[in-house]
Amino acid sequence: MRKSAADPKGVLSGSHFLDGDHALAEGALAAGCRFFAGYPITPSTETAERFAERCPAVGGLFIQMEDEIASVAALIGAAWGGQKVMTVTSGPGFSLMMENIGLAVMTETPMVIANVQRAGPSTGLPTLPAQQDMMQVRWGSQGDYRVIALCPDSPQECFDLAVEAFNLSETYRVPTFIMTDETVGHMHEKVVIPPADQIGVVGRNWYQGPKADYRPYQFTGKDVAPMVKAGDGYRFHITGLTHDERGYPNLTVEQNEKVVTHLIEKIDSNADRIIRLDEDEIEGAEVVVISYGITSRIASRAVQLAREAGIKTGSLRLITIWPFAEKRIAELAGKIKGFVVPEINYGQMVREVERSAAGQCKVVGVGHCGGAVHDPEEILAAIQEAAK
Amino acid sequence: MNMNDQTFRVESPMAEFLRMERMPHIWCPGCGIGTVVNSFAEAVKKSNIDMDKLAVVSGIGCTGRVAGYVKLDSLHTTHGRAIPVATGLKLANPELKVVVVSGDGDLFGIGGNHFIHAARRNMDIVVICVNNFTYGMTGGQLTPTTPQTANASTTPYGNYEYPFSLPFLADACGATYVARWTSLHARNITKSIREAFNHKGFSFIEVIAPCTTLYQRRNRLGDGLDALNYYKEEAEVGQEIDTRDVGIDFQSEIRMGRFVKRDKPTYYEAVNERYANVLGDDYQLYGMSKPEREEKARREAEERIRMQALLEEEEARLLAEDIGTDEEGV
Ligand SMILES: Cc1ncc(C[n+]2csc(CCOP(=O)(O)OP(=O)(O)O)c2C)c(N)n1
Ligand code: SF4
Ligand SMILES: [Mg+2]
Repeated sequence: MRKSAADPKGVLSGSHFLDGDHALAEGALAAGCRFFAGYPITPSTETAERFAERCPAVGGLFIQMEDEIASVAALIGAAWGGQKVMTVTSGPGFSLMMENIGLAVMTETPMVIANVQRAGPSTGLPTLPAQQDMMQVRWGSQGDYRVIALCPDSPQECFDLAVEAFNLSETYRVPTFIMTDETVGHMHEKVVIPPADQIGVVGRNWYQGPKADYRPYQFTGKDVAPMVKAGDGYRFHITGLTHDERGYPNLTVEQNEKVVTHLIEKIDSNADRIIRLDEDEIEGAEVVVISYGITSRIASRAVQLAREAGIKTGSLRLITIWPFAEKRIAELAGKIKGFVVPEINYGQMVREVERSAAGQCKVVGVGHCGGAVHDPEEILAAIQEAAK
Repeated sequence: MNMNDQTFRVESPMAEFLRMERMPHIWCPGCGIGTVVNSFAEAVKKSNIDMDKLAVVSGIGCTGRVAGYVKLDSLHTTHGRAIPVATGLKLANPELKVVVVSGDGDLFGIGGNHFIHAARRNMDIVVICVNNFTYGMTGGQLTPTTPQTANASTTPYGNYEYPFSLPFLADACGATYVARWTSLHARNITKSIREAFNHKGFSFIEVIAPCTTLYQRRNRLGDGLDALNYYKEEAEVGQEIDTRDVGIDFQSEIRMGRFVKRDKPTYYEAVNERYANVLGDDYQLYGMSKPEREEKARREAEERIRMQALLEEEEARLLAEDIGTDEEGV
């Protein structure tokens, strides 16, 4: 998808001291997001607050909805009204969003949703970090589908990945998630926002042909149909029911196969283009630590300690969580003794690593109940075990 | 539809308004939803509004299928969520007229929270509820409007819950236009929809309509015609009725009419005013400058005055011709 320069109006170029939540809002504004619907929840509220403060001067609109169900519903309406749209939340709100995330998936509506994760289940530890919704983002709404999820490890990356999330979301017409956590969300660091002309933004792919020929969908499993917006005379229809290219319900198994395989394949067949990894000293490594988000910053300390102890340790940071980097991990599994997978949950992404490694090497998970980050020593112990 | 399909599709007076390629529709014979669609089409035609700028959003249910049949930008959403989708659509593209058409269960059961907040905000949308006192699509269960003692599949011994009176609820929540009719009063529905199109702010129109297959049958109330007879006997129009007095009991009198019409800034106007006051020229909603916003508001106000005059003129003509409105004529 072609990128063009960001609209300078939304870009706060310069060097700032921001927390991750605020950086998300700046990334959204830089990406051209002009509609934000949200409901307050710790530790994500600061993103909504920042957007609310910044948007009037940038030509955007913020609305505080009555709940998170309504927030995602409003995004769907606003996206088909022609806007780039975003919301943020945390665990309890994320659970409420699931139904309309499904509608967005089914109607192929672009939107960006950030989940600043806190520890659960339920209300759990509202002000403390976790990475416990990594599977919910993948499977949380009913039915079979794919989404894209990214995982920043710093406020700078919150900005960068917010822009990236909008670009992916527009390219594939799919809800795209930023799965950050309380620690990154509330951590203040330097964030450099480049000049607008150095920020590549994917605009909406507007349909240009004759009105009568417009079809909101194409089920190719590769590309998505261009979009139109309400009010431009296309008289489009969208529904959460299984539908044909015109968007009309077609409640047959045959049509469902077309729709569902398309929703899956448009992501899977483009996985190589979507997935971004950050690799360090993988070549010749005995053990590779796979981590993401805040945990990678703790893991890097453990990796350093392991290297000092003479274990050849590589690091692979998942910037893209979904689609999962299964090809790369399968490839490495044949060459190393083991993977170590620390995460602030009791074993979510480690299952994907096990599935991808398919028994070729050891896979050692390092779980955590949530509410804090790991002690690097625990990760070091796992590296030592994997290296045996 | 076994008469010549093709001819029907092209020549039907509704062809301009409906997605004829989607006919026949799913509704049962005698169902009241069709009347509402007809009145809506009539209102659109008479209002002369640009159909390209009119969007319909529905939730889930038999009534929720309306969005799929109208030849307009149309969104068939999730159960209860039509109003927040409409809110997003309207705010993203304020040029649009956005109409929600959905059922009593959808709008006031699962979606009740959205209704009360959209009314509170005076969101500039039109909400039309087909109130058939039941969950039609799922087989006749209890809804928040089912009258006490009425039989529903989940209250097989008769309903013991207190129902909502929808105009009262809408009024209390801040709706600035509230009306109720029955499906017998097609012309009144049309007129109300036209008024609502022309009204600035949250407009709510309740249409009492029969679910013949479930509510009527389960309560041994006969068919669609019997329902219309009930409306004819018991529905009464009144002037200046207090919405506190319009509750409906099982097969009781139905008080109808336009209950509320008041002027109050819409959500969008309130946003504009607030931001413009505080931020002055720095404020540019969707890139529109202050003079542009003011010019737009002026144009819209003029158009509303023109339309209201037309509506009233037409009403006077009807009365003069002694055709009368439905509640007088039928
Ligand atoms: C979240 C959710 N819960 C339940 C349903 C099942 N459901 C479909 S339609 C419906 C009731 C619709 O009733 P109403 O809004 O009164 O519409 P009607 O069919 O009477 O026109 C229900 C409960 C659903 N689709 N989604
Ligand atoms: S089930 Fe009831 S509401 Fe649904 S179409 Fe039939 S009569 Fe109408
Ligand atoms: Mg109903």
